[in-house]
Amino acid sequence: MNLSNAATLFKQVVPSSIDYWTLRLSVDTVESLDVRENILQPPSIKQSCGAHITVVHSGGIAYAATSQLTTAGFTQAIDQALRWLEITKQHSLVRAEDYPRPKKSGSYQTPVVEAWNNSTANDKISLLHAINKDLNISDAIVDYQATLSRRETESLIVSSDDIHIEQQFHFIVPGFYAVANKGSQTQMRTGGGWSSARQGGLEQLASFNFPTSAQQTAEEALALVDAAECPTGKMSLLLLPSQMMLQIHESIGHPLELDRILGDERNYAGTSFVTEDMFGHYQYGSELLNVSSNASIPEEMASFAFDDEGTPAEKTYLIRHGKLERPLGGASSQTRTHLPGVANARACDWNRPAMDRMANLNVEPGDKSLEQLISSIENGVLMDTNKSWSIDDSRNKFQFGCEFGRVIRNGELKEIVRNPNYRGISANFWRNLTSVGNDSTFEVWGTPYCGKGEPNQMIHVGHASPACVFSNIEIFGGA
Amino acid sequence: MENDFRDLSTKLFSQLQANEVLLINYEEEKSDFSRFNHNRIRQAGFVHQQYLKLDLINNKRQCSASFNLSGELESDLSQAQSLLNNLRSQLSYLPEDPFIHYATDINNSSFYGENHLPSTEKTITQIIENAEGLDLVGILASGEISQGFANSLGQFNWHTDYSFNFDWSIYQNSDKAIKQNYAGKQWNTETFQEKISFAQQTLPILSLESKTVSPGKYRVFLSPSALHELFELLNWGGFGLKSHRTAQTPLIKMIKDGVNLSDKISLTESHKTGLTPNFTQQGFIKPSEIQLINNGRYKDCLNNHRSAKEYGESTNCNIEHPQSLLMNAGSLAQNEILDTLDTGVYISNLWYCNYSDRNNCRITGMTRFACLWVENGKPIAPLGVMRFDESIYHILGDNLIALTKDREEILSSSTYEKRSEASARLPGALVEDFTFTL
Repeated sequence: MNLSNAATLFKQVVPSSIDYWTLRLSVDTVESLDVRENILQPPSIKQSCGAHITVVHSGGIAYAATSQLTTAGFTQAIDQALRWLEITKQHSLVRAEDYPRPKKSGSYQTPVVEAWNNSTANDKISLLHAINKDLNISDAIVDYQATLSRRETESLIVSSDDIHIEQQFHFIVPGFYAVANKGSQTQMRTGGGWSSARQGGLEQLASFNFPTSAQQTAEEALALVDAAECPTGKMSLLLLPSQMMLQIHESIGHPLELDRILGDERNYAGTSFVTEDMFGHYQYGSELLNVSSNASIPEEMASFAFDDEGTPAEKTYLIRHGKLERPLGGASSQTRTHLPGVANARACDWNRPAMDRMANLNVEPGDKSLEQLISSIENGVLMDTNKSWSIDDSRNKFQFGCEFGRVIRNGELKEIVRNPNYRGISANFWRNLTSVGNDSTFEVWGTPYCGKGEPNQMIHVGHASPACVFSNIEIFGGA
Repeated sequence: MENDFRDLSTKLFSQLQANEVLLINYEEEKSDFSRFNHNRIRQAGFVHQQYLKLDLINNKRQCSASFNLSGELESDLSQAQSLLNNLRSQLSYLPEDPFIHYATDINNSSFYGENHLPSTEKTITQIIENAEGLDLVGILASGEISQGFANSLGQFNWHTDYSFNFDWSIYQNSDKAIKQNYAGKQWNTETFQEKISFAQQTLPILSLESKTVSPGKYRVFLSPSALHELFELLNWGGFGLKSHRTAQTPLIKMIKDGVNLSDKISLTESHKTGLTPNFTQQGFIKPSEIQLINNGRYKDCLNNHRSAKEYGESTNCNIEHPQSLLMNAGSLAQNEILDTLDTGVYISNLWYCNYSDRNNCRITGMTRFACLWVENGKPIAPLGVMRFDESIYHILGDNLIALTKDREEILSSSTYEKRSEASARLPGALVEDFTFTL
């Protein structure tokens, strides 16, 4: 589908009498290859293509979305939006004149070094089979799988103000897992970027240790089955970036989303313990905590030049030296609150409207090597790779669990432990940040599966972080 | 659109080569969405989406492609033909797949629900007028959903239905609110007004100072909505054949160690009472019901087409996740709940559940909305939100005291990618020694 042609067609159809309109077109293509237990699963290619139209007129704001990018389809969609406009004129929460109008055109494209098609489908399938061999190292491995997908998203935003924003994103989505079982004890270990993704091409695979960590992944699954439960008690916690990702996401990202603070999400994703009056002075964490919204790390999942309201992106600090500076709010929310924000109004696809979504939310590196972090701990647990997450609707009381734990005793890594969990309260947890890893510990992660919004939206977010140490944390295991 | 789907399918089938089998799935949604905050419209609009999925099979090899339809038959046919050619060329290099499985018996079916939906304009006016002065936040979704299946062996299935789902909360202050839902096929003004009246009567207790309880074990009543939240987690992997055969089910102790739930617990996947189509995406017709747990003992799994082939069972579902979960009722009358609870917590809603120890089916999560502290059978105060961490083997096992006589019909308000047609019918549960941790 040529999006420019579709935009031209739309402009021929849209009534010139409408005060203001925007058109967001997108084509999203996902091609997936999976080999499970040495059997190639049916390969698939899925394409989603459509238009999201917003009209602002006579005090109303409304949208319509359609997969019919034709004269008839656009005409019907505009009629539907105008029907809704009549309703929102009477009952709208937000003022039509406050609807954001982008002022700058531009473009963006993910840098790709090694394109998906540089390797044949046969080569990729052979690679996945080889990973399966490395995962299947014992009769106690009862399930294993390797996956490799590409995703391409092309988007075009045009408006009645003659704004034209074209962006093209390329994602690589790799991963594998091994499941080990003995009796009624089962443990899964994932690797190779499972449940995450990166922008870029096949060159990104090495950063996820794909495929090189496959055998280690299976070995760790086996070790976890035989391991002792994680110890219980208040002690130090060393989180690797694969878990820092989740910690940042749930207990900094969501509480700082301005639409949650404004109450839009109270019926579903929840509210926030953060209130509008906290910005500028609230001590969110220790002096070591520096958090940025940064859409300029090319390989991070939510890097872009413009958000879906057309606001240009730039690196912005939200928390500096522990102090809360600004929320995660796009142009609409900034107008509603008169607070500064960032470019993060995003929609998961053409069929949903944009709203406040953290994009790339990162913790900035400190000055300690991983060895220094470990040696600073007298009694604690290292935790790696998230497997369980739960937090209250105000984003305060949380409990998270990881796939893999190792006891740290007297500054040294000791035995592996299974079912490592910890719990805490966001408002206190970040104040217990006692050491922050340096660049050598800094890794780019993220998740394609952040759920929020009514109607619901699942979207990708990026989180890059160093390893970090927290003191006096409630840690426990299973059973 | 059914006729267009028939035409498109027939034309594609006519282009198949020898030994090729083509499965075609169609999905369409025409939905109005209106999002509310502070009893005003926050975002509103209309979504029309149509998808076509092609599964091409030949010589024990299979691959698939899906795309959005434009609504213009010639253009859609051209795109489908192009994809079909791509799939055909892909098949040539694929290895054999021993677990390809699709229906070969011809079972045609059709369902056409009647459209009794009121105009969205009227519904919204009614919502805003009835909730005047209240802090209402939520989502109204309504409209038509269609699904179709056709295969080159001659089978054709169609399902069209119309429904609405209004899911909302009315806030008293901060995080204290009444959570409500009204969903179905025909909007009844009196029913809706009764729900708003109930909320208005309940709100005053939420304005009282919250009761803070210490971590520990408490006697609790789990409403059907709260129980549903637990099942929303347990349903992922709890009942699927693959998760059972690969030892990943959180109910592994029922399978491997002979652990049972309370004999009060029976669970059924009841396709016959659910809202989803009676056919799967591979053309299998679902059985009317599957007994998952019978009097506390594990019975049957949900087997999708691929697992069924791999493990030698028959296909009995579209996905290995209950879509129409039915739990048997108990004997506790509605008007006896508070007296029987005596002193403890009335849990109206749970939230954000996940496993803290999957092998022991130990789940953590939060209380949310209008949970109440009850003393001597009387609600005393709203509960400050608490984290729980408890095993299903206790909640629905040795610590289960009673299930309610009345069950609640819960229609999923989920709208990820498209409007869900999942549903559940559940009682409430009175439970002893329920563990709060934070």
